[in-house]
Amino acid sequence: MSTTVDALAAVGTATPDRRRRLVGRAGRRLLGAVGVLWAAATVTFLLQALMPGDRARLIINQTAGTMTSPTAEQRAAVNATYHLDDSLFSQYLHYIGGLAHGDLGTSYFQHQEVTKIIGDQIGATIVLTLVSLVLAWAIALTVTVLAAGRDNVFSRLASGFQIVSAAVPQYWVGTILLVVFSIQLGIFPVESGSGISGLVLPAITLALPVAGFLGQVSQDEFTRLLDQPFVTSSRTRGASDLGVRIRHVLRHAALPGVTLSGWALGFLFSGAVIVETVFARPGIGGVLVGAATSRDIPLVTGIVIVSAAVYVVANLLVDVAYTIIDPRLKDA
Amino acid sequence: MSTANPSFDEAPGRSRGHRLSVARAYLRSVPIGVQLATVVLIVFLIAAIAPGLLQTHDAYRTDLLSGLKAPSGSHLFGTDQSGRDVFSRVVAGTRQSLQIGLGATGVALVIGLLLGVAAGLGGRWTDGTVSRFIDVLFSFPTLFLALLLVSIFGAGITTTIVAVGVGTSPGYARMVRGQFITVRRAGYVEAARAVGHTRSRIVRQHIFPNAIRPLVAIFTLGVGQSIAFASGLAYLGLGVAPPSPEWGALLDAGRQYVTEAWWLELMPGAAIVLFALSVTVVGRHVQERLEGNVKVEDA
Amino acid sequence: MSDIEVIGAAAQDSGPLVRLEGLRVSFGRSVDDRRVVDGVSFELHRGRCLAIVGESGSGKSVTARTLVGLTGRRASLAVDRFEFAGRDVSRHGDRDWRKIRGRDIGFVSQDALVSLDQLRPVGKEIDEAARVHRVGGTKAERHARVVELLDQVGVPDPELKARQLPHELSGGQRQRALIASALALDPQLIIADEPTTALDVTVQAQVLELLEAARDRGKALIIISHDLAVVSRMADEVLVMRDGEVVERGVADEVFRNPQHEYTQRLLDAVPSAHSRGARLSPGEPSRISAVRAVPDPAVAPADPSVPLLEATGLVKSFRGPDRVVRTVVQDVSFALGVGETLGVVGESGSGKSTTARIALALETPDRGEVLLGGQPWSALSEKERRPRRNEISVIYQDPLSSFDPRWPVERIVEDSIGADVQGAAARRARVEELLDQVGLPRAFRRRRPLELSGGQRQRVAIARAIAPRPRVIVCDEPVSALDVSIQAQVLDLLGDLRDELGVSYLFISHDLGVVHHISDRVLVMSEGLAVEHGEADDVLLRPRHEYTKRLVAAVPRLRHEPVREARVA
Repeated sequence: MSTTVDALAAVGTATPDRRRRLVGRAGRRLLGAVGVLWAAATVTFLLQALMPGDRARLIINQTAGTMTSPTAEQRAAVNATYHLDDSLFSQYLHYIGGLAHGDLGTSYFQHQEVTKIIGDQIGATIVLTLVSLVLAWAIALTVTVLAAGRDNVFSRLASGFQIVSAAVPQYWVGTILLVVFSIQLGIFPVESGSGISGLVLPAITLALPVAGFLGQVSQDEFTRLLDQPFVTSSRTRGASDLGVRIRHVLRHAALPGVTLSGWALGFLFSGAVIVETVFARPGIGGVLVGAATSRDIPLVTGIVIVSAAVYVVANLLVDVAYTIIDPRLKDA
Repeated sequence: MSTANPSFDEAPGRSRGHRLSVARAYLRSVPIGVQLATVVLIVFLIAAIAPGLLQTHDAYRTDLLSGLKAPSGSHLFGTDQSGRDVFSRVVAGTRQSLQIGLGATGVALVIGLLLGVAAGLGGRWTDGTVSRFIDVLFSFPTLFLALLLVSIFGAGITTTIVAVGVGTSPGYARMVRGQFITVRRAGYVEAARAVGHTRSRIVRQHIFPNAIRPLVAIFTLGVGQSIAFASGLAYLGLGVAPPSPEWGALLDAGRQYVTEAWWLELMPGAAIVLFALSVTVVGRHVQERLEGNVKVEDA
Repeated sequence: MSDIEVIGAAAQDSGPLVRLEGLRVSFGRSVDDRRVVDGVSFELHRGRCLAIVGESGSGKSVTARTLVGLTGRRASLAVDRFEFAGRDVSRHGDRDWRKIRGRDIGFVSQDALVSLDQLRPVGKEIDEAARVHRVGGTKAERHARVVELLDQVGVPDPELKARQLPHELSGGQRQRALIASALALDPQLIIADEPTTALDVTVQAQVLELLEAARDRGKALIIISHDLAVVSRMADEVLVMRDGEVVERGVADEVFRNPQHEYTQRLLDAVPSAHSRGARLSPGEPSRISAVRAVPDPAVAPADPSVPLLEATGLVKSFRGPDRVVRTVVQDVSFALGVGETLGVVGESGSGKSTTARIALALETPDRGEVLLGGQPWSALSEKERRPRRNEISVIYQDPLSSFDPRWPVERIVEDSIGADVQGAAARRARVEELLDQVGLPRAFRRRRPLELSGGQRQRVAIARAIAPRPRVIVCDEPVSALDVSIQAQVLDLLGDLRDELGVSYLFISHDLGVVHHISDRVLVMSEGLAVEHGEADDVLLRPRHEYTKRLVAAVPRLRHEPVREARVA
C-alpha cells in the first residue's frame, strides 16, 4: 500500500528531535506493557491464592483418581514440591522470579513444565487466531465500503448480519457449520486436525462475531464520515463515490476498528478455546479446558498469563498500526 | 407574550381514551422488529415464571423407547438420549438461565460502577491508579478470566455467575469511566460551577444522571451477552452440570451426540440466540430513544 | 442600471458561462415536498463575480452544490434551463458531472481544516483532480505542477508543504492549499462556498485577494456567503436569498447603496460596526424592562463608582499540552472594568482572550497576577470562599446548547441560577417568568428543552440564566459568533437594553471587530497572549497605534456603503 510507504518514508525523514521523541514514546509504551504484564501476573497469583480447601489433598486425589484422606507424609511431599507451605509472600516472590525467567511452574497432573505444554500446543491456536483476524477484517471492510451510507437490500442485509453475528455464540455457529458442511455434506473433516481444510470452518466460526463487531464500529464511523466536508471536497474535484470511499473515507473509518483490534485479538484467542472444542482441533483450547476441569492451577494461570501477554503485544502492534494509518500522531 | 399558552398548563387527568390513543401512536412509531423482539422476550418471561403454561411434556420424564427422535409434531425440538422432550426441557431451563444472565450482569455492573465511578470522578491520582487496574483486568480475555475463576472455585452456578460477572466487568468499568469523564467536561458542568453550586450538588444534579442514562441500554444488552458467556462455560463442561435443563447444560449434554442428533445442540442454542437477539434489538431501541431524537423547532 | 447592462459589460466570449433559470430543489419525495430552493435564476460571464448572500436556511449552499451536481442523495430538483459553457447540463447524471467537476468547475469549501483529508499529504489533495481526470502527465510532472500551484497561491516552501499533512500547515496556508486544489486544472468557473468563514480576519483578507486575482485572470467566480461585507468587496452582481427564494438581485453597488427589498435593508442594518454604536440593529421596540422592574436591585445599587467592578493585574497563565510542551497562553494582561461599562476584548484565535475570560470567572487560576471583584480579592480566594460571591459575576457562552443540561427544561435551567435570596417555589417561579419576559421569550417556553429551541432562543435562555442571580458583571465569551446576522442583531440589542436597565457591566470577548466596536465603551486588543493595545473604542479601532491593531483593522472587510442610521433617541 502506497500510504504505508509514505508513512514509513515520513518516519525516515524525521528530524533528530522528532526521532528522539518517537524513541522515547516507544520506550514508555514498552515499559507500560511490562508493567501491565507484571500486574496481570500479580492479580492472577492473588486470585489463585483464594482457592478454598486443602490443595495438597486435591492434587493427590486428582492424580490418584480417588477420594481418600492422604497421609501426612504424602501431603508433606506434595507441599514441598509446590512450595504450598511457604508464606504467601515468599510464594509470590518465587512465582514472579520464575516468570522473569520464563518459568510458569509445573503442572499438577501432567508433571511437565507449563511452558513446555503451552509451547507444544500454542502454534495451532495462534495460526487460527491470526487467520480469523485477517478474515474478520476482510469481511468487515468489504461490507462497510459497500453498505455504509447506502439504503439498499445489501446494506439492510449487512446491518442484519452485524446484529445477528454479535449476538450469536460461537459454539452455535460452529455446530451449525459442522452439522451442515462436515456431517451432512461431508465437504470438510469432522475432526479438524491441523491441515488447511481443517482450518476453514473454525476460522469462519471464530471470525464471524468479530467481523460483525468491527463492521458495526467501522460502518458507524464510515457513515458519519460520509457527511464530512473533506468527502464533498474530494467529490468536487471529480472523484467518484466509490473512489472517495476507498481513497479517503476507508482509512479514517478503520481507525476505531484498529484500536479495537488488540481487544479483538484477545477475544479471538480465547474464543479459539471454544471453537477448538467444537471442531476437535488441536491447540491450547483442549489443554485449558482439561486443566480447568481438573483444577490444574499452574497450567490454567500459565495459559491466562500467556493470553495477557498476547493482548499486550497485540496492543503494541495496534499502536504501531495506528501511527502508520494516522500520521498525525507522530507529533503527539 | 405575557399570557401563558393554555396548552402549556396541562389539564390534570386527561381522558382514558386519550391516553390509549397516545399509547397506540407510540406503538406505531416503534419498528416492527422491536415489537417482535418484545413479544419474544415476553414469551421467555412466561417460560421463566410459569413454565407449565408452555411445556408439552414433563421435562424430566425419561422414555428410553423414544430416545433421540428428530423434531416432529409431538416433539417440537425432538427428544434426547433418554427420550426426554427437548422443547419442554428448554422451557424448564429458562428460569435458571435468565437468573444466571441477570445475576452475572448485576455482578459486572456493581464492579464496573465502583471502578468506573472512582476513576471517572476521582482526582488525577485515583483515576490513574484505578484506570491502570482496569487496563490489567482488560488484558485477560473475558472467557479466560472466567475459566480461571472456575478452576479456582470449582464449577457450579454461583461460580458461573461470579466468573461471567467478573469477566465482563472491565468493559463496563471502562464505559462508565469514559461516560463520567465526558460529562465532567461538559459545558453545563462548568456553567453550574460558574453559578456557584457546590461540587457535591453538581455531581448529584448533573454528572450522575447524565452519565448513567446511556448505561441503562448497555445493561439490557449485557444480559444477552452474559447468558451467551455462561452457556459457553457450560458448553465446555465448566458451568452448570448436565442433569439440569439450564440451556448451557443442555448443550454440554448434547455435545457427544452431535453427529447423530443435531437438534440436541441446535435447539437450546437457538433459544439462547433468540433471547440474545431480542434483547439486543430492544436494547438498541431503548438506547436510541434515550439518546433523544427530538425535532428542533425553528422559531 | 439593469441586468442587461451587466451582461453587456461582460460579454466578451460566446455568451454566459453559466445560465440558470428557475432552479427548484427540495428534500423529500417530490419537487414540491420540502422546498429549500425556489426559483433561482442567474447568468454569469467569464471574468465576473456573482455573490449569493443569505442567512442559514436560505438555500444558498444547496444552490452552490447543485451547480456541480452534488445536491445530495435525497434531493429532487427541477430546472427550466441549466447551461454550462453553452451545453445543456440539466439532465446530467453523476457520471457526466464527474467529467466537469474539478476540470471545468473548481469548488472551494469553507474551513480547510475539515475540507482537506487530515490523513493525506496536502500535495495529494491538490493532485487529486489531475489524477481522477487522468491528465497532467507523469507522476513527476504532476508533482511539479502541485508545487507550482502551492507557490502561486503564496504558500512558502511549497516542496516541503506538499509532503506535509493539513494540520502541519497554518490556517491561512491550509485555506490557500484548498484553493490551489480547486484551481489545479485551471477551471473556467470557481465556486467558493463560505470560503472565509472560520478564518481570522487577517487570513480572510489574503484568501479574498487570491479569489479576486483568479477573477481578474478571466475566471468566472461565484461566492457564497452570509457576510455582506466579504461579498461587498468583490461582487459584480448580488443575489440575496431568504428561505430558498431570491428576494433581491442586482448590480452590487446598487444593492448595497440602495437596497430595494425590506429584507436586504434589514440585513444591512443588522451589521454592527463603528457607525451603528448607540443605534438599534434590529427592527422593533426595545424590550420594556423598566416596566417589569421599576426598582433597581439592592445588590447592584451600593457600588462605589470609583472602585472598578472587575480589575485584573498582570495575569499570566500557561498550559501543558498533550505533547508535554508548556505554552504560555496569557502573558501579562491587565484591565479594569467600571460600573455599567462594557470592555471589549478582541483578538484572533489563539490570542488568549477566552482564557482571560475564564480567569476573570475564576474557573481558571492565574499562574501570576490577580483578579479583584468589587475591590475585594477574587482569584486569590479558595473556591469555597468564592462560592457565596459567585452571584456577582456570571457568564454567557458562545455555544449555549452545550452549556445546558440536555435533560432540563428551560424553566429549570433558569431557576437553577436564581440566588438563595428568592425563597419559596412560587416566588422562584415568578422570578423565572420575569426573567423570560426580560429576555423576550414567551412564558410558554418554560417547558421546552434546549434541543427544541432555535439558536437565537437558546442564547436568550442563556442570557436569562446569566442575569438571574442579579450579577454586577457578565462575562460574554463570543456570545453572538454562532448566530446569523439578523439574530445577532437582536441579541446585541437585548444585551444593550439589559445594560441600560440593569446597570450591569460586560466583559465582552469577540473576534469580530464590528461587534466589539458596536457594543464596547473601551477595547482591549490581544495578540498571542499579550494585551497590545487598550483604550476608548473609537481611539483603538479608528486610530490604532500598535502595528498589530493596524493590521487587524485594515484586514476587516467593510461594506462599500455604510448604511445611514438614525441615532437612538435617549
